Amino acid sequence: MSRCLLCENSTEIDSWRAFFGAKPPPLCEACLSTLKKISGPSCKICARPMEKEAVCPDCLAWRKSTFVTNASLYHYNDAMQALIARFKYRGDYALADIFAQDIRTAAQKAACDLVCAVPLAPSRLAERRFNQSEALIERAGLTGMPLLARKESDKQSKKSRKERVGSRQTFYPIGDAAGKSVLLIDDIYTTGATIRLAADALEEAGAHSVKSITVARSGS
Amino acid sequence: MTNAFFFSGRELTDEEILKPLDLHHFTVRPGLSETPQCQRCGNTTNFSSHPCARCGKICTYCRNCIEMGKISSCTKLYRWNGPEPAHSEKAGRLNWSGTLSAGQHTASENVLRAIQNGSEHTVWAVAGAGKTEVLFKGMAAALSGGKRVCLAAPRADVVRELAPRLSAVFPDTPPPALYGGSPDRHVYSPLIVSTTHQLFRFTEAFDVMIVDEVDAFPYTFDLSLQYAVQKARKKKSALIYLTATPEPSWKEDIKSGKREATLIPARYHRHPLPVPKMSWCGNWKKTIVPDPVQKWVKEKQKALLFYPHIETMEKALSRLKEVDERIESVHAGDPLRKEKVEAMRRGSIPVLLTTTILERGVTFPGVDVAVVGAEDRVFTESALVQIAGRAGRSAACPTGDVVLFHYGKTEAMVRAVEQIKQMNRLGRDRGLLDG
Repeated sequence: MSRCLLCENSTEIDSWRAFFGAKPPPLCEACLSTLKKISGPSCKICARPMEKEAVCPDCLAWRKSTFVTNASLYHYNDAMQALIARFKYRGDYALADIFAQDIRTAAQKAACDLVCAVPLAPSRLAERRFNQSEALIERAGLTGMPLLARKESDKQSKKSRKERVGSRQTFYPIGDAAGKSVLLIDDIYTTGATIRLAADALEEAGAHSVKSITVARSGS
Repeated sequence: MTNAFFFSGRELTDEEILKPLDLHHFTVRPGLSETPQCQRCGNTTNFSSHPCARCGKICTYCRNCIEMGKISSCTKLYRWNGPEPAHSEKAGRLNWSGTLSAGQHTASENVLRAIQNGSEHTVWAVAGAGKTEVLFKGMAAALSGGKRVCLAAPRADVVRELAPRLSAVFPDTPPPALYGGSPDRHVYSPLIVSTTHQLFRFTEAFDVMIVDEVDAFPYTFDLSLQYAVQKARKKKSALIYLTATPEPSWKEDIKSGKREATLIPARYHRHPLPVPKMSWCGNWKKTIVPDPVQKWVKEKQKALLFYPHIETMEKALSRLKEVDERIESVHAGDPLRKEKVEAMRRGSIPVLLTTTILERGVTFPGVDVAVVGAEDRVFTESALVQIAGRAGRSAACPTGDVVLFHYGKTEAMVRAVEQIKQMNRLGRDRGLLDG
């Protein structure tokens, strides 16, 4: 029997629909309704919800880079926070299925030449057992290219606020993206610092433009 | 965690065990068996897998107990195999001067015997019979004999209520309360009070396992919790079940003698259980607060009003606020749940609207109870018996009004009333009731 990935209730669909190839949804209606899709006007660059379509102050303040746009699927509300905690920190890989269809659609729309995961530092990867970004790409049926790697760095929680805001580059290129557009896929977009640093490293690898898709958009 | 005794009886993952560690006194086994079965929660159906950065293979993991930390094919479980800690000689000293009712006394002796023989026994005691007191003598004997005792309950609020009571009764062995996020997690004690959930972290630890509210959700429903109880007790150990409303299959087994049990059909204060009255109230889904309900509420000083669903309850609340603005509502996800229950206890809320979350485990002295939409399927026979059991619990106010407002009687309603009447008959026949 098919069950909701979060509450284990049945998500069985009518047998005639299954016969025509329909698949049961990953979440039941009750759990799905706790997640809020982002819609309406937003920042043209980072997809932050806004009163009217414009470029938000944060994006205006960022220096120019190869990073073009971000698209985010859901608001980072309590339900999403709990879901991502279970996915990333508890390590429930199967939850990547919830976003597979949405990510596939958004990736088609972004129409980039290559897809690339945001790498984790080796020690962090060993601790978590999988990279959430790779999991999202894999479950969406996309093929990620190994273009980037990440150096060991101190834990964010051990840094002062000033050090965090001015985070230094920890990504470095390990592949060739010469003349290509690259799509990064990750779980959350907050300040955009991580995505922009990854974009810088991709530029070193030869990429001419970088877009991103994230499951959630945090911040107001 | 300098105290190695902490590990005694516990079985933990490599991530929970602090390193470096002298592994001399530990037995190690894989977290998942070949089948696969999760060795911590017993799950055999809910798994997923992924390429694992830790072991380099495609690793299967258990999705059932992942909130307690991940168990994968490459996870190992560590179990202490060193000597068991010796208990203080005073561990079983009982600081309790109450007396048991005749019904309680019989049950208490049977529990004691089961504990001494390492056998199984069920105490079927009506709401307000005084189940916990029935355990004291047996627990004291076990603790004095150097045995390790666990009192488990499916719900955390019951655990939080039981722990301080037992601390008062066993002052030399105050039990830690184990539930998700509890501050007492890292201590060893010969006596613990735990959610059935937290028992996942124990293996063959207890000589006496007591499961309270054994018919409560989610215990009956979740096979892995039943697995946890079995795993946490020693192979040779006593198993005591407490319930006010046993499942139908349990009732049959008790009747046929397959399940050894003591029935306490009467309350400790020797007054009969209030019998629910049924009152037809028309289509309450339309009227939300039907006239007879409104009238009932106006007459009450202290009452619980049960609704089957949050939505109708919230609509009813806004109407009843016009009757008295101190009236409140509560449900499982209510952030002010603890505070509202506390305010109800203090008497600053006259009428509390509630879903079935307050059906059991709570006592408000002198409270009257009504159910709106008693025919709804959330109100099972046992739910209705438990709800009726909220009324008349204290010796000072031993009677109470219980009304089932309905839009068509159900089998569950009729059987609940019959069950309560039958208990009163039994109580009378056995001389456990006055008057």
